[in-house]
Order: sequence, then C-alpha cells, then structure tokens
Amino acid sequence: MSFLQQDVPLSWYLLLSAILFSLGVVGFLIKRNLITVFMSIELMLNAVNLSFVTFAYQWHEVRGQIFVFFVMMVAAAEAAVGLAIIIAVFRVRSTLAVDRIDLMKL
Amino acid sequence: MHLILFFLFAGFCLAGAINLLVQTHPINSALSLIVVMTSLAVLYLLLGAEFLAIAQIIVYSGAVMVLFVFVVMLLNAGREERTLGSLAASRVGFPAVVALFAVLATIILHIHGLNAAHLGDGLSNAPGQSNLVLLSQVLFHELLLPFEVTSVLILIAILGAVALAHVEGSKLPNSETAAPK
Repeated sequence: MSFLQQDVPLSWYLLLSAILFSLGVVGFLIKRNLITVFMSIELMLNAVNLSFVTFAYQWHEVRGQIFVFFVMMVAAAEAAVGLAIIIAVFRVRSTLAVDRIDLMKL
Repeated sequence: MHLILFFLFAGFCLAGAINLLVQTHPINSALSLIVVMTSLAVLYLLLGAEFLAIAQIIVYSGAVMVLFVFVVMLLNAGREERTLGSLAASRVGFPAVVALFAVLATIILHIHGLNAAHLGDGLSNAPGQSNLVLLSQVLFHELLLPFEVTSVLILIAILGAVALAHVEGSKLPNSETAAPK
C-alpha cells in the first residue's frame, strides 16, 4: 500500500516537460507538412506550460499559473493567425509541403 | 495513487507526442496532439491547477485543435511526401536537440530543494481557498492591465485572421441583397 501513498518528485514533471519540448523540436525539424510543423510548435508551448505549472507548485506562487494563462491566450491568437496564413499560402502555392514553399530561401 | 496517475498520463503524453512525429497524415498528428493536451490537463490537476486544467481542455483540446482539424479538412491535406529533409536539419539539428535535452536533463536533475508533489496540495494550504479565487485575486487586481491588453491582442488576431483568409475581390453570395435591416 505504500506504493499508493507515494509522492511524485517534481523533477519528474520537469523531465517530462523537457522530453516533450525536445520531441517538439524534433517534430519541427523532421515534419514536412506546414500544419504538422505548426502543431510541433504548439507541443513545445505545452511543454513549457507544464514546467511553469510545476514551478508554481514548487514555490506556491500563483503568478506562474497566471503566466500559463497568458501563454494559452497568446497561443490561441497565434493559432488563429498562423492557420489563416497557412490558408493564404495554400491558396497561392497550392501545396503544404515546406520544401516547396521556398520563396524566401536564399 | 499520484504515482499511478502520473505514470499513466505521462505515458499518454509521451505516446501521443511520439505518435505525432511518426504519423504521416496531418489528421492523425492532430488527433494525437489532442491526446497530449488532454493528458497534460490531468497533470495540471495533479499539480493543483484546477482552473488551468479546465482552460487547457477548453482552449487547447477544444478551440485550437478544432481549428487545426478544420484547416486540415478544409485544405484537404493529404499524406505528407517523404523528402530527404534539409541537410542543415540532419547535420546540425539533431545533435543540437540531443545536446539541448542533455543540458535540460542535467540541470533538472541537479536542482536541489525541489519538493515532492503531494496529491491534494494546491498553491495554498489554507482550507476552503480554491485555486480559482487565488488566481483571480492576482489577475484582476495587480495584472489587470496585461489582461486587458491581451484581450486587445485577441481582437487584433481575429481581425488579422479574417483579413488574411479573405480573398480580395470575392463577394459573398447575395451580398447585395443582404442589406442591413
């Protein structure tokens, strides 16, 4: 029964956050679809939010949670604008592959 | 109980994130991202952030991911084509990611004084003081100006999204007849 009562070290939450962030970076690098690249960015934002909540728990500080709230609002705005940009890009280029959207490439 | 819930939902998180990378169809990636976000909401609950858990489900798994799924279906995005990927990503990117994770993990494992998360502990141990009360007391007193500025940001984002997605010169059907009453 002691297993059921056991507490979780906060460093595990932080490690989970680091793993999710790294997976988001990997997705950003390997995905070849504009929408999936955008989803990887959302994954990174979520990973950072988890570490904010963990540190808010650690120091009993409510401002950490408020920061997560602001990140959520900005991420929602970012998703709306980003997806509108994706729609506009698709309308011009008729593709979502990032390799073909290379107008600004050197 | 806490340990079991943590392992269960951390496992869901990791499985969803890895599935996001493995899947080639954007709709599957979007659905696995919903799994990640909903499991994160449960982890927020375990850390005593009830308001953020509900906001996570409503804003992220609800609004943002519906937007993603809607755009995937609207653009009829098919299976992504496998390309070689960029040379810079494979040469510099992956070692950089490994180094980044190694640095993060080393720092995290060397932090001293981290408490253990106990189920049921919130931000304050005062009885009867909910997370929402604590949050709104700070948010609507000290941080009122940033809160209002963010609402302006959301408004600008809505206008920007409409302006970006709007096609120049296109007319809505019956736009002449639908005069304001």
